[in-house]
Amino acid sequence: MAREDYEIVIGLEVHAELSTKTKIFCSCPTEFGAEPNTHVCPVCMAMPGTLPVLNEKVVEYAVKAGLATNCEISRDSKNDRKNYFYPDLPKSYQISQFDKPLCEHGKVEIEEDGEKKTIGITRIHIEEDAGKLNHNEFGAGSLVDLNRAGVPLIEIVSEPDMRSSKDAENYLRKMKSILEYIEVSDCKMQEGSLRADVNVSVRKKGETKFGTRTEMKNMNSFKSIVRAIDYEAERQIDVIEDGGTITQETLRWDDVSGKTFPMRDKEDAQDYRYFPEPDLVAIRLSDEYIENIKNNLPELPESRRQRYVEEYKLSEKDSKMLTASKYLSNLFEEALKICGNAKAVCNWLLSDVSRILNEKEMEPDQIPFTAPELAKMIELIDKGTISSAIGKKVLEELFENPKDPEEIVKEKGWVQISDEGAIKEVVTKILENNPQSIADYKAGKDRALGFLVGQAMKETKGKANPQMLNKMFLEELNK
Amino acid sequence: MDITELTVHELMDKLKSKELTAKEITKAYVDRIYEKEKDVQAFVTTLTEEAISKAEQIDEKRQNGETLPEVAGIPIGIKDNICTKGVRTTCSSKMLENFISPYDATVTEKLNSQELISLGKLNMDEFAMGASTEYSYFKKTRNPWNLSTVPGGSSGGSATAVASSMVPWALGSDTGGSIRQPASFCGVVGLKPTYGLVSRYGLVAFASSLDQIGPITKDVEDSAILLNIISGHDEKDSTSANIEKKDYTKALKNDVKGLKIGIPKEYFGEGINPEVKEKLEETIKKYKELGAIVEDCSLDIADYALATYYIIACAEASSNLGRFDGIRYGYRTKNFTNLKELFKNSRSEGFGAEVKRRIILGTYVLSSGYYDAYYKKAQQVRTLVKKEFDKLFEKYNLLLTPTSPTVAFEIGTKSNNPLEMYLADICTVSINIAGLPAISIPCGVNSEGMPIGMQLIGNHFEEETILNAAYTYEQATKFREKYKPEFKGGAK
Amino acid sequence: MQVSREELLHIANLASLNLKEEEVDNYLLNLQDILNFANIVSKAPVEGLTETIGANDNYNVFRKDEVRVFEDNEALLANAPEKERNMFKIPKVIN
Repeated sequence: MAREDYEIVIGLEVHAELSTKTKIFCSCPTEFGAEPNTHVCPVCMAMPGTLPVLNEKVVEYAVKAGLATNCEISRDSKNDRKNYFYPDLPKSYQISQFDKPLCEHGKVEIEEDGEKKTIGITRIHIEEDAGKLNHNEFGAGSLVDLNRAGVPLIEIVSEPDMRSSKDAENYLRKMKSILEYIEVSDCKMQEGSLRADVNVSVRKKGETKFGTRTEMKNMNSFKSIVRAIDYEAERQIDVIEDGGTITQETLRWDDVSGKTFPMRDKEDAQDYRYFPEPDLVAIRLSDEYIENIKNNLPELPESRRQRYVEEYKLSEKDSKMLTASKYLSNLFEEALKICGNAKAVCNWLLSDVSRILNEKEMEPDQIPFTAPELAKMIELIDKGTISSAIGKKVLEELFENPKDPEEIVKEKGWVQISDEGAIKEVVTKILENNPQSIADYKAGKDRALGFLVGQAMKETKGKANPQMLNKMFLEELNK
Repeated sequence: MDITELTVHELMDKLKSKELTAKEITKAYVDRIYEKEKDVQAFVTTLTEEAISKAEQIDEKRQNGETLPEVAGIPIGIKDNICTKGVRTTCSSKMLENFISPYDATVTEKLNSQELISLGKLNMDEFAMGASTEYSYFKKTRNPWNLSTVPGGSSGGSATAVASSMVPWALGSDTGGSIRQPASFCGVVGLKPTYGLVSRYGLVAFASSLDQIGPITKDVEDSAILLNIISGHDEKDSTSANIEKKDYTKALKNDVKGLKIGIPKEYFGEGINPEVKEKLEETIKKYKELGAIVEDCSLDIADYALATYYIIACAEASSNLGRFDGIRYGYRTKNFTNLKELFKNSRSEGFGAEVKRRIILGTYVLSSGYYDAYYKKAQQVRTLVKKEFDKLFEKYNLLLTPTSPTVAFEIGTKSNNPLEMYLADICTVSINIAGLPAISIPCGVNSEGMPIGMQLIGNHFEEETILNAAYTYEQATKFREKYKPEFKGGAK
Repeated sequence: MQVSREELLHIANLASLNLKEEEVDNYLLNLQDILNFANIVSKAPVEGLTETIGANDNYNVFRKDEVRVFEDNEALLANAPEKERNMFKIPKVIN
């Protein structure tokens, strides 16, 4: 049977760390990157006798996420314990939600080549993150750091509605964008604050039953998710084509070899022994509470996109690209506020900035410069202080070593030459050195003008004002 | 005057009148500990020197005219499952033999803010699992009324220390009877407050939905005073009740006229020792004499409640005790080559047999395939138990039962038969299942001079009613004036 | 319900406990005894009753999202059997 005869079925469990100031069950800070075991207290270290108290913002953020993904919000919810032993889980149980999650039955829309598709959201629940094991490559053991233990998470479980790695990527990008917009998670994948467990199965087209699925845990880059799904689907098809069967198991994706491997220690069948967390009490949400959150939800990408088309006369396509990332979109709005040139800001972001991001394999939230810096650069071009060619160089510099573009231009000596005397000097020199071009021009070859301007730019290392050069050459040539 | 024979309210009077200093009081208790501890083995950790120097500081403050809480300078003993910063908290387990809590339990903070003086940490069944204090890793505590019998448990160290006058009062914890049953065996007063009245923050959890800290005292007035100190809403405990703070000493009216007391007949049936039954019947008569309206009633849930108790308590314990994994604190095995061995061997070597038994039972009832049959069913029975109590409290202010079907038993007679040990809790567990308050006070002795306790059960947050009824009985019968532990019988 | 030896060992494994060969029989006996007794819950008249979740009727107990730093960091790590660079040391874990 050919590969095209198979259909890939994908479901995602997205884990997003919430951007609350404190942990879910204690008042420790959640900031990333602190010295090991400094953001800890008796509660998140699971000292004997300690008790959890739920952070109100965690409930609020989860409800926000639920409303932004069209979920029903549970009026009556609770926390449960999920029991298992692992050194990054200090209580040996994770406080999560089992049968009464905060949000259920939602959906989001994704789009590929103009074709829209709805992905169902099974549920969104709140839970605590685990600590971190640092693996010393040379040392004898591993080291446990509990700074992350107790950082709040929402787990967003999708229906198995995706049919390609592209679908999965689009869905995850969409989810990331929504969570960024409603400001419940900073979604920094490189820091692990957004990660996904990916469930993959394959079946013959037309088959209504799902195949046996495998799960790849803790994936935190779009690229590896796409690669992993493609690889795993291929692998499963190969197994089936060879007459084998798929085992339901948890796999580890290895980015270096580009392969999946069964997780070790699988001889222990898991049995999480969920039961209601007796140290916490019921969560009962009133209609007013939910209504209030709904009314205060920030603008979502769709409506922002519409606004860009109407207010700033941007194209549908550009608006969509800008609003895909809240970070990019915010950068756009802030820079626009300063320099007032929507078209220019949009073009810079979508062409040169995006190109550099691509080259560097960075996400928009990793852009190192600020909106005022970008705006300043555009202003410098608009005022004629620098040319767009120099603008590109300034942008490269902003990525490397962000600071005030005016200073960059001054330091590098990139200020555009707009002094008439100086331009005249250059023009005279170039004309003297290129009599043939003058003759060509007079003979009606317009291209010669371009050549002369180019020579002049070369002579000034790109700093001459191109409009003035053009004008002055024409004046001289037409004398 | 023997200082250690006095109750706390008597000591407070003498502190106030400057008849005694904190140091004199503390010194008297320290001497008493030196005298009696070798016979009864109630302490895991004693803090005699620290206590005396603390007493000196308090006396100095008083002398300098500082206003101090009325109880400042009174010593106290603390069950060793309540966290005390800087002093080890062992839960009488090898697992926590050297554990020093980095924080104080909320009740410990409250004791400290009242400037009470800790004389030390008291022995218990390991992780509060037991009814005889024989399951302590360190030592078997003895009953001062007869040294060859158990003090009850799990707060056996607390009850013995109070009964032996080595501390004027103590804190215990009660998950299924662990304050009331030892209080009954040792002839002292033990109160298990309504679930949520006293913060559990810093009480090393056995069964989260059942555990409560409470006072073990010489008399009812002291019980009210200590409850005043330890009760109150705590934002660190989500299950803490957010209700107005009361002064329980004001409830002691010495009057039960018109009070309606129900006597659940099922608690007087077979399995109850005849002498216990007889004393309880005298008690009932006494209450009638005092003007209470006493009626027989039915509460046919004891067996269900006991089974439910063991299912829920063990399930919660199996999860609560998961954190003892040899990584952050506690016992770590020397015998491991990988992580799994580290976990398993640390836990298997660090926990005693009874703790492991309950972890296994709890794991079993939560495991897939059995959850519905046991845990889920037990949670339904819990609703049933609550409803049955609710019904009775529509008619009665209080219920009266024996605290335990028997008096203190001989050391070693039940420790090898877990089920029989569990059955000793038959009168007390349903109260924890329903989250109700109950007190045990002595109501006489048997033919061998061993104390018998009665249990008064109230509706939620009706501690005042319980304390008043207990106080009224106590004033009318004066148990403490008639009977005293004699430390008879040799240690085995 | 009859508990098998295998089942007991599986449960002990879930609970991260080792049972010595000579302990197994004893635990098996105890567990069977207690479960036989606990089975009485199946006879309780609980038809139509909801499960009690939690010991009291508290609900919506929340904390404000305000940072409070626990000052005595040293005491938090003081009980650790083995540590390195302010972290808890354990045997090497792969994955």
